[in-house]
Amino acid sequence: MSRPGTETPGAPERETLERTEGEVVGTSAVERTAAVEELEPEHELLTINMGPHHPATHGVLRLLVSLEGEVVRDLKPIVGYVHTGIEKNCEDKSYWKVIPFVERMDYLSYFFNMEAFCGCVERLLELEIPPRAEYLRVLHLELNRIHSHLVWLGTSALDLGAMSMFFYCFRDRDRVLDLFEMSTGQRMHTRYFQVGGVFEDIPVGFERNLRAFCSEMPSRIDQYMAILDRNEIFLSRTRNVGIVDRDRLLDLGVSGPLLRAAGEPWDLRKVAPHLAYPDLDFQIPIGTVGDGYDRYRVRVQEMRESVRIIEQVLDGLPEGPWIADDRKVVLPPRDELPVSMEALIHHFKLVTEGFRVPPGEAYNAIDSPRGELGCFVVADGPDKPARVHFRDPSFVNLQALREMSVGGYVADLIQNLAMLDPILGGIDR
Amino acid sequence: MPDAPGLELIAQELNDASEGSVLGTYHEHGQACLIVDSDRVLDVLGWLRHTPGQEYRFLASLHGVDYLPAEPRFGVVYELLNMPRVERLRVRAALDDPAGSADEGAPDRPRPRSGEDDPQTLLPAIDSCVSLFPTAEFQEREVYDFFGIVFRGHPDLRRILMPEDYVGWPQRRDFPLGGEPVIFTHNEREVPRWFE
Repeated sequence: MSRPGTETPGAPERETLERTEGEVVGTSAVERTAAVEELEPEHELLTINMGPHHPATHGVLRLLVSLEGEVVRDLKPIVGYVHTGIEKNCEDKSYWKVIPFVERMDYLSYFFNMEAFCGCVERLLELEIPPRAEYLRVLHLELNRIHSHLVWLGTSALDLGAMSMFFYCFRDRDRVLDLFEMSTGQRMHTRYFQVGGVFEDIPVGFERNLRAFCSEMPSRIDQYMAILDRNEIFLSRTRNVGIVDRDRLLDLGVSGPLLRAAGEPWDLRKVAPHLAYPDLDFQIPIGTVGDGYDRYRVRVQEMRESVRIIEQVLDGLPEGPWIADDRKVVLPPRDELPVSMEALIHHFKLVTEGFRVPPGEAYNAIDSPRGELGCFVVADGPDKPARVHFRDPSFVNLQALREMSVGGYVADLIQNLAMLDPILGGIDR
Repeated sequence: MPDAPGLELIAQELNDASEGSVLGTYHEHGQACLIVDSDRVLDVLGWLRHTPGQEYRFLASLHGVDYLPAEPRFGVVYELLNMPRVERLRVRAALDDPAGSADEGAPDRPRPRSGEDDPQTLLPAIDSCVSLFPTAEFQEREVYDFFGIVFRGHPDLRRILMPEDYVGWPQRRDFPLGGEPVIFTHNEREVPRWFE
């Protein structure tokens, strides 16, 4: 209704808002919100993007979240932002050149990626690796598990507001990287595992440094637990949050610490003995409730077990070669090259062409820090694989995020994501 | 893993339960595999999941394979796991390529999209097993994304890792590696249809 007297005669009547005779509903903000929700509930749903660039998504993960106020009503993960076609590229590389490629998928557990692939090719070749190589592999795998869990602990605690944990964890992670640099020459993406064994024996002085690390690590873990376990904020944000029961997790294909936190003692290191694991004494930590706190406790306890495993490996490290003596697959030792024509020929053939793998297909699963990491390789005869597929645990575990978060608060969604520990390099491959 | 006679036994029982569902078996490198008819894959998976004594309840992995010169061309591989017995069983559904081997999966742009616009008759199709194994949801989307295999009955069959408007099925063996020019500022006008 236009106010009389304000319009010029002849001008078209403008549409203006009409002031209605309003009535104030309720006496407080809470009552008013409740009344509006009753009138038009669907208007309260708000769909927002979390990510792709968000510090709490641990990578380039985008979550399409439907919110009703603070409560998550629906959630859709959208992935693929760092897809680089690694599986496709592997089909064009000879087997030994695939190893550095697959390392870069899950960039926190590169030794596990290598082990999944090398173990799979060794299965196709029916190649036995020497005992010292098995022990050295276990040593590096478990060091890598500590490294991966330390990064997880630091960044997850950071998500929940515990800033200092990030610095402490990265301090210790750096010590692991120093050890990797000493034994393999690289801090990350080491290309240390070869088909047939490992690239090089551990150097002099490595054992001393590693033992020093192992003797310090348990007390460091005690300190971390002392920081977090007495922290009221951390406890109230993780306890009884994000519970999904065990059967549902199994249906969703979840494995690793998430599944163990829900009370299922499933660890491929125990149930499917491979490498040197049958010789070693270690326990599988499991949780009872399956909330965020259990997930944290299980991972921290796994670090302690990894330290125990490493100490046993150092004690029982067998003497002998660290790589298999199959000249059709493994490069000959460097010192043979100037004196042996045959070694030179093998070296030339292996470097220029690579080794051939007889036709067949195999699936090799190991227990990475995030769950079952499987590698499926189809060989069709030549020196390049016909198909390399990685079953990445982060990719499969991400499906459980919806069940963990729907019905909870947005803040709990951050907590669930942190405790899920997805690595986007592994999800997108 | 079931050993070779155990695998034959499973194949025999499956063929009794659902006539002609198992096309072949092989046992290599200590791993057992059933090759099954793609139309019966739900029967087979359901039987393996629910029959007492089998109970392969955990789908560890689902992936596609393109065996290009071979017929049938595609395989959808299910890595099943019986957790209490720690036995793995691979089930491979064999799929023919309905488009023939001449012209599919190729990335040249002007051709009509062979997944979204066309009726999906030119794509191989198989029943989705999301109802049996909810974990298959993302993995079936991945197989669709890379191999153009349609999963009938999937709740949300879209590309997952490639961009939504991508044309072609990149992990097929006849899809060339490096077939896409990288767009920079200096050549963006030369790349065909860069603006779409």
